[in-house]
Amino acid sequence: MTTTAQTRAHDAANLGLLPIFMAAAAGLTLLYFTGFAQASVYHDSAHDTRHTLAFPCH
Amino acid sequence: MTTRIFASALFAGLLAGLVAVLLQWSLMEKLILEGEEYETGAKSHFAGVLKLNEDGETAEQAAESGDGGEEEGTTRRFALAFFATFVTWVGWALLMVAGFALTERYGVRITMKDALVWGTAGFGAIHVMTGIGLPPELPGQPAAEIELRQMWWITTAATAVIGFALMGYGRKPFHFAAGIALLIAPHLIGAPRLDDYSGMAPPELSGEYVARSYAVAFISWIVLGLAAGYFWNRLQQPPA
Repeated sequence: MTTTAQTRAHDAANLGLLPIFMAAAAGLTLLYFTGFAQASVYHDSAHDTRHTLAFPCH
Repeated sequence: MTTRIFASALFAGLLAGLVAVLLQWSLMEKLILEGEEYETGAKSHFAGVLKLNEDGETAEQAAESGDGGEEEGTTRRFALAFFATFVTWVGWALLMVAGFALTERYGVRITMKDALVWGTAGFGAIHVMTGIGLPPELPGQPAAEIELRQMWWITTAATAVIGFALMGYGRKPFHFAAGIALLIAPHLIGAPRLDDYSGMAPPELSGEYVARSYAVAFISWIVLGLAAGYFWNRLQQPPA
């Protein structure tokens, strides 16, 4: 019984939600700056990328 | 687990980004620059009308009064744009691989074929579904309020991703139906748009631009899906 509980705990840690959440949050952060941030430094730098990849621009 | 997610996302994102940059460079930039010539009035769609830019200059006057560093400016502009393209694809890759990890957490393994379907679905959700309401635009095309368009775009992309996931991985007919409903819902609300057309560029240029934009996106998403699937499986730790 104890062993099973330990194995389960180990598996849960191995496939934890935290790294998944961190990766998704990192991805969304990058996309926010290249695709959506309206501050002109981000808009101007990513301008052609936004147009090419059809993010709403201007 | 953490290393596997971030490493495969980084490799796949850089590979898809490289393809996207090469396509952006060879297919898109010329059309973007030409679109801007119509936007600034340096070129006119209707010959015979003298177009003035915002400073009241004709194209020739504007070219003469330029600071002369145009070539340097273009290099810098392309460098920044290509950097942004790489970052964007690493961003999509992180989301895709996070999705792989979440799926495997539920005991469903991601094969190369699955990854290819994910890539196709990414193109479908991010480009096709959003493009119905907000098609790709040349610079200078007038459009509705940016905040409203961004809100509609994000809602549509997010519901489409969830919709496809429900259709692909749902276990009951109800899930499939809910997926379809999510795909349709944003289009019943409708994208923010203007009441009339007042674009400066010729429709031929716009049409070519839109077609190429979809081609660039499609090819890049396929590369992203395949690369993410490859690295995700490659970096798997052998079972202890």
